[in-house]
Amino acid sequence: MTTIPTSLPTPTRHFGKSSAWDRLRTNRNWLAIWFMLPAAAFLILFLAYPLFLGVWMSFTDDRIGRGGGNFVGLENYEWLKDDSIFWLSVFNTLLYTIVASAIKFAVGLYLALLLNRHMPFKALIRAAVLIPFIVPTVLSAIAFWWIYDSQFSIISWSLIKMGLIDHNINFLGDSSWARGSVIFANIWRGVPFVAITLLAGLQTVSPSLYEAATLDGATSWQRFRFITYPLLTPIIAVVMTFSVLFTFTDFQLIWALTRGGPVNATHLMATLSYQRGILSGRLGEGAAIATAMIPFLMAAIAISWFGMQRRKWQQGTDND
Amino acid sequence: MASVQIHDVRKSFGGFEVLHGVSVPIEDGAFVVLVGPSGCGKSTLLRMLAGLEKITSGTISIGDRVVNDVQPKERDIAMVFQNYALYPHMTVAQNMGFSLKLRGAEKSEIDTKVNRAADILDLRRLLDRFPRQLSGGQRQRVAMGRAIVRDPQVFLFDEPLSNLDAKLRVAMRAEIKELHQRLKTTTVYVTHDQIEAMTMADKIVVMQDGIVEQMGSPLELYDHPDNKFVAGFIGSPAMNFLEGTLKVNGGQPWVETANGARLPVAAAPAASNGKAVTYGIRPEHLEFADDGIEAEIVVVEPTGSETQIVARIGTQDIIAIFRDRRRVEPGDKVHLRPRAASAHLFDKDTGKRI
Repeated sequence: MTTIPTSLPTPTRHFGKSSAWDRLRTNRNWLAIWFMLPAAAFLILFLAYPLFLGVWMSFTDDRIGRGGGNFVGLENYEWLKDDSIFWLSVFNTLLYTIVASAIKFAVGLYLALLLNRHMPFKALIRAAVLIPFIVPTVLSAIAFWWIYDSQFSIISWSLIKMGLIDHNINFLGDSSWARGSVIFANIWRGVPFVAITLLAGLQTVSPSLYEAATLDGATSWQRFRFITYPLLTPIIAVVMTFSVLFTFTDFQLIWALTRGGPVNATHLMATLSYQRGILSGRLGEGAAIATAMIPFLMAAIAISWFGMQRRKWQQGTDND
Repeated sequence: MASVQIHDVRKSFGGFEVLHGVSVPIEDGAFVVLVGPSGCGKSTLLRMLAGLEKITSGTISIGDRVVNDVQPKERDIAMVFQNYALYPHMTVAQNMGFSLKLRGAEKSEIDTKVNRAADILDLRRLLDRFPRQLSGGQRQRVAMGRAIVRDPQVFLFDEPLSNLDAKLRVAMRAEIKELHQRLKTTTVYVTHDQIEAMTMADKIVVMQDGIVEQMGSPLELYDHPDNKFVAGFIGSPAMNFLEGTLKVNGGQPWVETANGARLPVAAAPAASNGKAVTYGIRPEHLEFADDGIEAEIVVVEPTGSETQIVARIGTQDIIAIFRDRRRVEPGDKVHLRPRAASAHLFDKDTGKRI
């Protein structure tokens, strides 16, 4: 092994020749910064800047076309505090996220366990599971829109033909049905991501662990409970964090299906923010709604972060 | 403790038979080593014994009970895996106590048994560590500890030392053997390493291509191999084989090679005169002589305790080992004489011992 010099040799040892530019060019620490700069520039331009602009806007009364707007402090938030539609959208978002994520996790885990078994056409079935994930959201939303149509719904039609109901279900017109319908569509779309990621996690578990557990006397439930589940927790934490973040910030599906209706029953914070900020033009208020999502998202990340921190066995440190 | 009877066991994967009727009787308390090149079916046989593979036909009994249809956990066996299969999310103590916990044992009972096993294997200090924090040898010991804690009727080892470095392997070999002498639990041990087999076994079962070539004590196999495969497999460096024709016409029989060298044989049936044979001689059964086979020294490898010599007879290389320090150089012409009493004769076509 060769030792790596802490700074590149500079040929400019002569008196007065080692300029500041030369040092910036060759010093290892600076070099690292040069290499990171392109990526950092992208992140700053397309992520950090819009984020801070959004937060800043939430403290102004900016409107579309005005350019700028005045600093109004917490006024937007004070308005929102007394805005029942905003609180309804918070409730909707939490309901949507919690119910959809929980079901996505359960169904995704079940599918992953199923797909991890030996079966004919395994590769084909695994690929097929990904289809809902590949189809563009808006396309699948339009398909669901037809499925949920008040007159032509295939579900209503089938149930009527089977004699289970006698009139069409108003899937997207009734608040409870509408909430259930958008949650179902979100689950349909989100399950493949959870299932395939958990399947990848399952495949990292050595089969000999299951064999050892079998010989140790574990039933199949005990093998899941004591081997599969604990070994999968790190991946569950990651995949569920992502799933929660995606669900919480969902926009496309709702917008294509219900636009937040009926009577705001399916308005999420993201759709409300868009409606207030862009459609109504009140940028400040829209930005305040969007900014209000940040604490929830931070909380979701914090939970999974601390969840992962506890797992000592993953870290290979030798604490003699 | 229990005896194990493997009777005419066959195993097919799909339509492909990998074990062709294997029978191995294993006495109570014995240390039996299944050895053979990879793909010989030894691991499959062990996994069938453990209940991890179905038995296609034949029977396996542990004690007086046929276990063909008995669930692995009810067979009262413990297995040590090649990669140890330690549960990475459990501490050493939890790993060792897992089977007892599943059985619903009291916490105090688990602690007692785990501590006793930890004392046997010198693992006390490591009980709170996770597998990641252990060295290879320590993991190996934990895997054995997990087996000991269960106090099973039979221990199964599936190539347990092949992930260790050479020095540790020798140390663990002795440790496993000592453990067996102490616990006297019937043990079935799979390896591809004939030295492990020779040093540890009460009984060696040599397998090849799904059949048992020979079984017996290590020295039986070494001194009286049934066939050329066993002769070549057991012993290191391997036995030398020379092709030739058996000559028996009164007096001492000999084997004549194509280039005219005469290899002495202690005895051979008169009827086999003129038979094409393979002459087998172990490296340590060759000695320098004035009237032996002419050979040219190719390589000299001194190891200190002995000197290994590669010599060329005609076009064939043979290996000889000498304990005395003789000065020979590559290129030297020497005469090597096989010890007639230690020579082995095999049928050239079937490989069977004559």
